[in-house]
Amino acid sequence: MRSDRLRRRHATTKCFRLLCAAVAWAGIVILAVLLFHVSREGIRWLDLQFLTEFPSRFPEQAGIKSALWGTVWLIILTAGISIPVGVAAAIYLEEFSPKNRLSQLIEVNIGNLAGVPSIVYGILGLVLFVRFLALGRSVLAGSLTMTLLILPVIIIAAREALRAVPDSIRQAAFALGATRWQAVRAQVLPVALPGILTGVILAMSRAIGETAPLVMIGALTYVAFVPEGPMDAFTALPIQIFNWASRPQENFHQLAAAGIIVLLVTLLLMNATAVWIRQRAERTGR
Amino acid sequence: MPQVSTANPLLAGASTRKYRTREDLIRFVLFLCAFLSILTTLSIIAILAWEAYSFFREVGVFDFLSGTRWTPLLEPRSFGVLPLVAGTAQIVVGASLIAIPVGLASAIYLAEFASAKVRRVLKPVLEILAGIPTVVYGYFALTFVTPLIAAVFPSTQIFNAASASIVVGIMVLPMTASLCDDALRAVPESLRQGAFALGATQFEVTLRVVLPAALSGVMASFVLAASRAIGETMAVTLAAGATPKMTLDPLQSIQTMTAYIVQVSLGDTPVGTVEYQTIFAVAALLFTITLGMNVIAHRVLARFREVYE
Repeated sequence: MRSDRLRRRHATTKCFRLLCAAVAWAGIVILAVLLFHVSREGIRWLDLQFLTEFPSRFPEQAGIKSALWGTVWLIILTAGISIPVGVAAAIYLEEFSPKNRLSQLIEVNIGNLAGVPSIVYGILGLVLFVRFLALGRSVLAGSLTMTLLILPVIIIAAREALRAVPDSIRQAAFALGATRWQAVRAQVLPVALPGILTGVILAMSRAIGETAPLVMIGALTYVAFVPEGPMDAFTALPIQIFNWASRPQENFHQLAAAGIIVLLVTLLLMNATAVWIRQRAERTGR
Repeated sequence: MPQVSTANPLLAGASTRKYRTREDLIRFVLFLCAFLSILTTLSIIAILAWEAYSFFREVGVFDFLSGTRWTPLLEPRSFGVLPLVAGTAQIVVGASLIAIPVGLASAIYLAEFASAKVRRVLKPVLEILAGIPTVVYGYFALTFVTPLIAAVFPSTQIFNAASASIVVGIMVLPMTASLCDDALRAVPESLRQGAFALGATQFEVTLRVVLPAALSGVMASFVLAASRAIGETMAVTLAAGATPKMTLDPLQSIQTMTAYIVQVSLGDTPVGTVEYQTIFAVAALLFTITLGMNVIAHRVLARFREVYE
């Protein structure tokens, strides 16, 4: 009688465990279905011509040259602005800031900014950069908008990397007479670098995939040229995908799938690099 | 962190003074970078408040918040935002129905059952799912989920709330799972061991001891997930449609607040008109709702962390 109950209780645990496991592994199944669906639809259109042609009304001639170059411009400019600013902000908050209300406010504020919907950043970029600073619908306006969007992500990741550096390293530098900045630059930053890099790469891969803010600031959907400077109009890979996916014709949906393959392969490479850096840093041991 | 004075009185020579000015300068530049985040928030608030103010001089706040017809671009024009709010709510509820149970169960598996080896496989998969751009999910909803739903329910419209809800649910799932996982793992091991010592099974420990102890963190993760679903844009623009209406039927086309903003910005509505100004009013509402939810969730999380550290 009593052992019956015990058996039932253990059976419940077993069922529960199975249920949770099944649900957790469902994530892998979803990922597999998504990747399979996209490749099946898009692989046919994926050739060299797809990468080297401009968009076109005719699906057979359409390509992603302008979108690809637009994304490259966008990422280089965004990285160039957001990485120094983001890492500097993280260094201030982690290494320099006094424990006062302003620092606390900045900290809470960064957490909240990370949760602001990306389309709101698009509106900010539209009013502030496109109109007020009169940058127009340029790559630069897009990059500045993206910078504001991913700064919280970079700051949070960089702070975590800095926090993981043991305090003894700072103490040793101070004991040798280093100023705070000298300690940070020569001792703390090199140790934190792999962690910071990982965070930066993940933030950049977020920027590559973001669509809504670019739609807001008016990245064009049909661009038959490659941007030559930061003030040129541009389109980007996710915008092109959105444009093709929102058309009713089946052929354009398949073009969108081909674009998605290019986008996902890029993201996968970036993520793999981030994981590789992280694991190498863990192996060499800090 | 210990506060180390950069000025040693014994060495207060010219070179130390030089270092101090440089140090102060660097410190100031770093501070400016951090302060940029405050400026960003202030600009968002200022822009939304200013533009929404000029909208509300034309349309009453009350009419906007309580009106049930949203036809700002068509005659007769009407500026009741409730249909957009209802559309958003439908997506959030649908997405939560997927993300909350699946996310929590995945987190329980990861935190309580899975071996370190399994974690090493599952965690990165969740990260990859979280990293897939939303426009990809939109495409997936439109070309895979919708046909699937239509095969079961023939009355399904091409654009419908159900397929958008499903992909938004998948999209916020990794975040829910990883936040719940954090909350569960923050529960001290001694609580589990105590319960096991009293003869509880793993199921009883998880459900009666660990979960209640982690409840505030788990709840906060649900709020954050819902807030993310509210702000989601591209998937709902592609899959949920552009028909603002109040309906409970998930198979019909609807429109969310975010999708409306995209629709106007893609169209040729002249800048400066009341019609155009609507996007700022809608964005202000969107920002207020998501910010409120995030602030609440972060408060809960902060308090929760203090208890166990």
